[in-house]
Amino acid sequence: MTALRSCLARVLVCSLLACFSLGAAAQTKVDDAWVRTSVPGQPSSGAFMRITTDTDSKLLSVSSPVAKDVQIHEMSMTNDVMRMGPVDSVALPAGKTVSLDPDGYHVMLMGLVGQIKEGDQVPLTLTVENAKGVRETIEVKAAARSMMDSMDMGHDHGSMH
Amino acid sequence: MNDLLTRRQVVTGMGLLGLGLLAGCDGSTTALDFKYGKDLSNKIMGRTFKLTDTSGEVKTLSSYRGLMPVVFFGFTQCPSVCPTALARAVQAKKLMGEDGKTMQVIFITVDPERDTPEILDAYVKQFDPGFVALRGTPEQTKAVAKEFGVFYEKVPIGDTYTMSHTATSFVFDSRGNLRLGLSPSLSAKQCAEDLLTVMEVC
Repeated sequence: MTALRSCLARVLVCSLLACFSLGAAAQTKVDDAWVRTSVPGQPSSGAFMRITTDTDSKLLSVSSPVAKDVQIHEMSMTNDVMRMGPVDSVALPAGKTVSLDPDGYHVMLMGLVGQIKEGDQVPLTLTVENAKGVRETIEVKAAARSMMDSMDMGHDHGSMH
Repeated sequence: MNDLLTRRQVVTGMGLLGLGLLAGCDGSTTALDFKYGKDLSNKIMGRTFKLTDTSGEVKTLSSYRGLMPVVFFGFTQCPSVCPTALARAVQAKKLMGEDGKTMQVIFITVDPERDTPEILDAYVKQFDPGFVALRGTPEQTKAVAKEFGVFYEKVPIGDTYTMSHTATSFVFDSRGNLRLGLSPSLSAKQCAEDLLTVMEVC
């Protein structure tokens, strides 16, 4: 316990020091990154995640070695018509978690170099720019999840057997 | 789950008491009272499509007579709404228990240029081996979409494209009468309830 506490204290001190030494360096946190698996021959797939930044920033681009072209798209639904289109960037307001999910913004992996199979770890590189124009790149490993697993199956899943 | 089955039992009981209520099966399409979806009983849509399944067989609506066809338009490169709708259908089918076996999901591609029979087959089967995918020529696709009042268009991005399209699931009764439109915003449980209502009629 004492060891843990001193370790935590050290981490805190370190991070404070890091903060001072780097000035106002942006911190971007990426959680729950995942990629939808593809079937053989399917040329594209989507990547999803949650992004939190500590300063007002924007997500400019994403790249990945698994796809020839990676774009950020926005899905919108009006009168049950799903519309899809590329966007230039995604606003990341300070302290607010922005979700890239199947219901809104998402990363399109286009021109897949191979099939994405369940269990694959897909490397993604995010480029985020803060209000001062300082760019930061974040490396993320996104887990590949199957079509069925990628949806919240709820507690009813499997109860009908 | 329980409330769903209870409701089904109650409504079935009511139907048995008054057999006249089951008159929908004679081909008449009286409006149905759906809790969540849109009643399409008075719409004549999607009756004459003729498309090819992934093994090359020509299929029409009557190929699925006796089943409850649930028709969804989409494309396999669709990152969000299509896989979500198909996964929801799998869940709804499970929630319906034995009745779910009557449900026949039919995925019609709006992107026949890129969705080859091989890709389509692998795509729908990863959700449920019983799901089928149908494909037409670009002209046939245009015609079937028109027949269902479905909108779709290519959205060019660089040297490729993505697609916008109507995301409604169209449900027919076992006699081939269009009955119900399910919005993508509904949950699997809400869909299951309305699907059971369709089955009670025919």
